[in-house]
Amino acid sequence: MNNYPAILIIAPLLGAFFAGLAVWIQERLAYPIALISLGLSTFASVNVLMAVIANGPVHYRMAGWAPPMGIEYRIDLLNAMVLVLVSSIAFLNLLASYKNVEQETHDRAASFYVAYLLFVVGLLGVVATGDLFNLYVLIEITSLTSYTLVALGDRDRGPLASLNYLFVGVIGASFYLLGVGYIYIITGSLNMVDVAGILPDLPGSSTVLVGFILCLLGVWIKMALFPLHVWLPNGYTYAPTAFSRVVAPLMTKVMVYVMIRLMITVFGLDYVFVKLHLSEAVVWLGTIAIVFGGVMALSQKNLKKMLTYIIICEIGYMVGGAWLGNELGMTGAILHIVNDALMTFALFLAVGNIVYKIKDVDYPNLSGLFGKMPWTMAGFVLAAFSIIGVPPTCGFFSKWYLILGAFEAGAYHFAAALLISSLICAVLFFKVFEICFFAPEGNGHSHDHSHGHGDQVIVMDEAPVASLVTLAIVSLALILVGVYSGTIVNTIILPFLR
Amino acid sequence: MTEIISLVVAKYNYWLYIILMMIGLYAMIAKNNLIKKLVGMNIFQTAIILFYVSTGYKTGATIPIIKNAHGGHGVEAAVIHAADYINPLPHVLMLTAIVVSVATFGVAMALCVRIYQRYQTLEEDELRMRLSEK
Amino acid sequence: MKLLGFIIVCLTGIFLLYGTSDLPDWGDPNSPASLHLSNHYIEKAVAETEVPNLVTAVLADYRGFDTMFETAVVFTAGLACFLLLRDFKPKQDRYYRHVPTGVVLHFKDKARQLRVGTEFESVDKDWVPSDMVIKTVCRILIPFIQIYALYVVAHGDFSPGGGFQGGVIFGSSFILLAISYNLKTLMKRVSEKFLGIFSAVGVLIYVGIGVIAMIMGGNFLDYSTLAPLVPVDPGHIRALGMLGVEIGVGIAVMAAMAIIYINIVSQGRHDEGL
Repeated sequence: MNNYPAILIIAPLLGAFFAGLAVWIQERLAYPIALISLGLSTFASVNVLMAVIANGPVHYRMAGWAPPMGIEYRIDLLNAMVLVLVSSIAFLNLLASYKNVEQETHDRAASFYVAYLLFVVGLLGVVATGDLFNLYVLIEITSLTSYTLVALGDRDRGPLASLNYLFVGVIGASFYLLGVGYIYIITGSLNMVDVAGILPDLPGSSTVLVGFILCLLGVWIKMALFPLHVWLPNGYTYAPTAFSRVVAPLMTKVMVYVMIRLMITVFGLDYVFVKLHLSEAVVWLGTIAIVFGGVMALSQKNLKKMLTYIIICEIGYMVGGAWLGNELGMTGAILHIVNDALMTFALFLAVGNIVYKIKDVDYPNLSGLFGKMPWTMAGFVLAAFSIIGVPPTCGFFSKWYLILGAFEAGAYHFAAALLISSLICAVLFFKVFEICFFAPEGNGHSHDHSHGHGDQVIVMDEAPVASLVTLAIVSLALILVGVYSGTIVNTIILPFLR
Repeated sequence: MTEIISLVVAKYNYWLYIILMMIGLYAMIAKNNLIKKLVGMNIFQTAIILFYVSTGYKTGATIPIIKNAHGGHGVEAAVIHAADYINPLPHVLMLTAIVVSVATFGVAMALCVRIYQRYQTLEEDELRMRLSEK
Repeated sequence: MKLLGFIIVCLTGIFLLYGTSDLPDWGDPNSPASLHLSNHYIEKAVAETEVPNLVTAVLADYRGFDTMFETAVVFTAGLACFLLLRDFKPKQDRYYRHVPTGVVLHFKDKARQLRVGTEFESVDKDWVPSDMVIKTVCRILIPFIQIYALYVVAHGDFSPGGGFQGGVIFGSSFILLAISYNLKTLMKRVSEKFLGIFSAVGVLIYVGIGVIAMIMGGNFLDYSTLAPLVPVDPGHIRALGMLGVEIGVGIAVMAAMAIIYINIVSQGRHDEGL
């Protein structure tokens, strides 16, 4: 059926508004509606991926008008892969987080699902669209719903973290809008492919340069590249669990996708790497981001905040890899989008389970977790190995491509930063493992349900079954994606780049 | 020097709106009170909207509503000259941007109300002090 | 901080101004932005869609997909104010004023309630005697404002107007009622449930028209496939599709404006206002 590109975004949109009606009519329908709509969307995105692999890029014209008069969805291999990633992670997260939402926002859980669905609609639309201004509108939907959802977390610090996120996010989106404005004024069109056809006739134009840099700055602010990252640690730490599980893996990676799309499809690799001389500076920026993220993560005392600094470090990998200028680096960056989303999702699933049981994840509270929550910690250990880069988990393969690309481009500082960050992550995670492994000494400060009089008997007190099953699925995916990364590179990434 | 003056005069709309944008951006970065930052955000976004709309202007053209088109079947006979009507596309895009800016302002206001209910102040340095005391 | 902000702002301003050196002059009819796409819109829009107002034609038909997400943004703003601020269990202070004498009674617990009628009226904490002139003038004006809003929505095809503009005017009539009387008067006439349902229904009308177009065999939001369903001249089907969509937008914007105002001004408690 050729309407699948529309279904994958209309299903969650309709679901959001039907759930919005359900908030006022029958609250308990909101969760099933959300599940069904995200399930439909995942199904449609998998079908689109199959169609694109078999037949080439899919063009879907909204309202029947041909581009550039109307808006068109242009779904090629890169799009389709990221669409499957976004919809499946959002669906799995909804399955896993039912109890978390009940615990943290019990009186307005139905409205939470409405905002969640709108957030996922925004992400899917950002990935699928082929029109520059439509991209801006969808970035704004994503941003507005994320400002709202972040503020629903911690009662004390949530609203302030969200307001700081709002100010920086508005600057980022407005820079992107200005960039699109400059490009529109000089080319007269808003469709990505159409603009790519007109731009080569305007060499050396200062407007195109300023437009490109403004769009890039806007996207960099939204993906939290150092030094524009100041909103991310507080924003993701104080968000509610169910939301941080979906925003941490997806939002920054979708913005990396936007950057790659702008570089490859709109401006063209020739313009970006040959005419501008920014790539070395950006690779240095990526290097500094990696080192900064690692060092700041080492100095944190709270598990959730430490993980947010690891996200900043991973963004440095992707930005540096994409700007290396060779095929290996770009392949590594695109593969890392998939891998990092899965790894971060697994980590935040595990941390969400811990938060469900122990509310506060400062390091001293984490003792004895290996005994209390063995399955959760097993998933956490696997995801940690993937971040460090241990084969056969997927993290190793994307790091391998990035290091090879760095050597080929002569960017030895970037390769060194990649290796150093593996070491830093190893130190970091083993420190956490050590705290979690040993039971607390003395009387039971951190046990809710154990009966310890003198000697500590740690009772297993695991998180709800749904989140454990989801963690198991994602851990399996980490290993499978790692083992099959050669297939993924050869069927999806390399044909896209060529 | 004279070429800079003629440059400014020929493109004075861009200069005006960029200066307005920078005023808004300065307010967002440098002011202490959260409401003043919000006002700065509004100025910044409004200046971008005006920047876009000003690019659609054509000298001597009128608003983008086709004249005498509401007669029904006489429309196809009349030839429509593009130079008679200003460019409608920036107006359409900026309708969307205005709505987005209003929505963002509403959400930011709701957040400020929550912050005030919790901390009884809207000055950023006092908020930072309260947070570091905890 | 101020110095750093000033330096950043100056650098950004100079960077942006450097980019304008290639841009077309003010009012230039031959700029690329005015040639490529917009010529097609100006010359062909009436022939293809039968709507003289070019801005509405582009907004609701050519780029209708964008407008759908914009309406979703408005819905999100209303939802956000509700989610963030709504307080279902406010403190239960009540104030009653004895109308003949002007004595105000303050009840601190929620056990006692007075029956409100000709002797006692329930007032806000910051109650001031309401002005007879304001109340009367606003009461007369509000229906006319609402009719004007409906006119703006319906004539969006032929004169400046459309769904957003009409929806905001309609929403402002609700806000005028809340300002001139008090918030409780507005809440009695327009309940929270009504507003919540209508903001979702408005966007559902928009998406629903698009889905019907898809079911009838076209692409999403392709109005030309709706022709068999509507018993009028099929040449006008695009204009009618646009009208349906604009009505949905107007309803959603009206409800969202009222929700945002009510929640912010009463800090979520829905009892007192300005």
